Amino acid sequence: MSRVLITGLSSYWGGRLAQELEKDESVEAIVGVSTEDPSCQLERTEFVRVGTHHALLRRIVHAAEIDTVIDTRLIVDSATAPAKAAHEQNVIGTMNVLAACGGPDSPVRKVVFKSSAHYYGCERDDPSFFTEQMRRPHPPRTRLESDIVEADDAVQDFAARNRHVTVTTLRFCNGLGPDLHTSHSRLLSLPAVPGILGFDPRCQFIHEDDIVGALHHAAMNDLPGVYNAAPDGVLVLSEVASLLGKPYAPLLPPWGTSLATAAWSAVGIRVPEEVRRQLRYGRGLDNRKLKMSGFRFSLTTRETVQEFAAALRLAPLRESGEAPYRYEREVEEFLRWSPSVRRDE
Amino acid sequence: MKELEPAADHRAHLPAIEPERQVTDWGRSERVEGFFDRTLYEFLYHYWFRVEVEGIEHVPSTGGALLVSNHAGALPPDASMIAKAIKEEHARPRNLHLTVEHFFKGYPGLSLLVSKLGGVPAHPANVHRLLHDEEELVLVFPEGAKGTEKLYKDRYRLRRFGRGGFVESAMRARAPIVPIALVGAEEAMPIFAHVRPLQKLTRLIYFPVIPAPGYLPAKFRIRFLEPIPTDQWGEEPWNDKGLVQTVAEEVRARIQEELYAMLAERKSVWLG
Repeated sequence: MSRVLITGLSSYWGGRLAQELEKDESVEAIVGVSTEDPSCQLERTEFVRVGTHHALLRRIVHAAEIDTVIDTRLIVDSATAPAKAAHEQNVIGTMNVLAACGGPDSPVRKVVFKSSAHYYGCERDDPSFFTEQMRRPHPPRTRLESDIVEADDAVQDFAARNRHVTVTTLRFCNGLGPDLHTSHSRLLSLPAVPGILGFDPRCQFIHEDDIVGALHHAAMNDLPGVYNAAPDGVLVLSEVASLLGKPYAPLLPPWGTSLATAAWSAVGIRVPEEVRRQLRYGRGLDNRKLKMSGFRFSLTTRETVQEFAAALRLAPLRESGEAPYRYEREVEEFLRWSPSVRRDE
Repeated sequence: MKELEPAADHRAHLPAIEPERQVTDWGRSERVEGFFDRTLYEFLYHYWFRVEVEGIEHVPSTGGALLVSNHAGALPPDASMIAKAIKEEHARPRNLHLTVEHFFKGYPGLSLLVSKLGGVPAHPANVHRLLHDEEELVLVFPEGAKGTEKLYKDRYRLRRFGRGGFVESAMRARAPIVPIALVGAEEAMPIFAHVRPLQKLTRLIYFPVIPAPGYLPAKFRIRFLEPIPTDQWGEEPWNDKGLVQTVAEEVRARIQEELYAMLAERKSVWLG
């Protein structure tokens, strides 16, 4: 029996994970917190609109006797939030969540932290496959990366101080999937796949279902330590382009790339700093530790890209479909608690 | 550096090979490499450098092995010729991965080409994964750029062998070291001087003055020497830095001696 708290319920992964946990009989209670409304339909997850104030979170954790905290809040794409908000969420937010989980009287026995491969950065002198123990060869160069490093380090520090708590850190590579909207998915949706002239970087994409699967796996098993979550197969960008059936267009100049991306953003094509580094140097992760823990990726990078290609081809046909889910507190509460609602029991 | 030693079954969890793909996880492209192999390398190997190979049986046909060679020429042709020699002469032709300086990953154009042709950044973790986990052949040039940038007057005098990192990598992977002595590359594209301002402008590792815009037709002779097993020194020999340095020095001395012997036999730079 476990009682789970998901922070960042409104994020795509938070919501999907809650849906997944709801199917699991052994999960007794699921509480989700976020400052925004959940973006997917949930049956029995209880949503509390609260930020990451540690005193408030602590009260929730103690009152609901939460034993597992899954933190899915981390902002991993600087296009999704302004730098200040990202810093607030990633560094201060993580600190607060950890503060809410710690303490001698805390009921929390497990913390799962969704981190990012941006922790490793992208440099010229990187190894081709990062393993979990490796540190980046140089200090972070972008604000997002330094925030992620700080957050991840805070989690490792928490793990060292709270030996009785199983702390799992999952460092995900870039996600890709029909429902995931990231800087990468936007760039790959363009008529041609943009790149930097003279470079063909190595990249790995994890399918959205595997992201949820890996989080679920970590929630259900005892996996102390850091795990890279990246599927088998590292593709080069030109290979990704050909799988998508698009030309590879290395239109960014190798020198003065940042000026060029600034010009591109004026016409609506955003290439954030950290993505720019990936377009130049690329990155590969070693996933063997997670595989050894018993997790099976459902798709390889190649299959993930193929699935994404299929979704792109379907996109124009699907747009006229049903309206996306909208959270309405009153409706949700009525459905959940009203005695008039018939439940099959 | 104990993080390089993975648990026993790490090998079993390597990604499966996807036969539909033409590019490996390292970024090596079968298509690009095959094209170069059939055209430029074929021509250089058979007609231009007229490569002669000795001791090819010293390259193991299974398991990882670390090939160590001398390095020369402004645009060094030695790596591709050694790779071609193994493909042409070996009883069981194998792919060769060559470690290249990090500079190549960061330079536009070269970054793209070098990795497609089988170049892997010279990171200890990369060498370990290739040697130990994937059991491949890896070629290193411990002299690095110090070897290729040296002037013609210093030809066939080996530079310092780095910090012995290659010995440590081989020891950790328990892979044999195969020294290679290669004669001819020094004369194929000799460097007479360096132009520093142009080097700064182009951000290359060096900007040399060379006699011709291409390779001169020097006669190539590649001699694979007897392998040095690295599992003969007990448990974790890499912790003994003295031993690492000694072995590195020994490998260097062997190649240097062999080079002198080969040069003494050589009657002509162009005809061999």
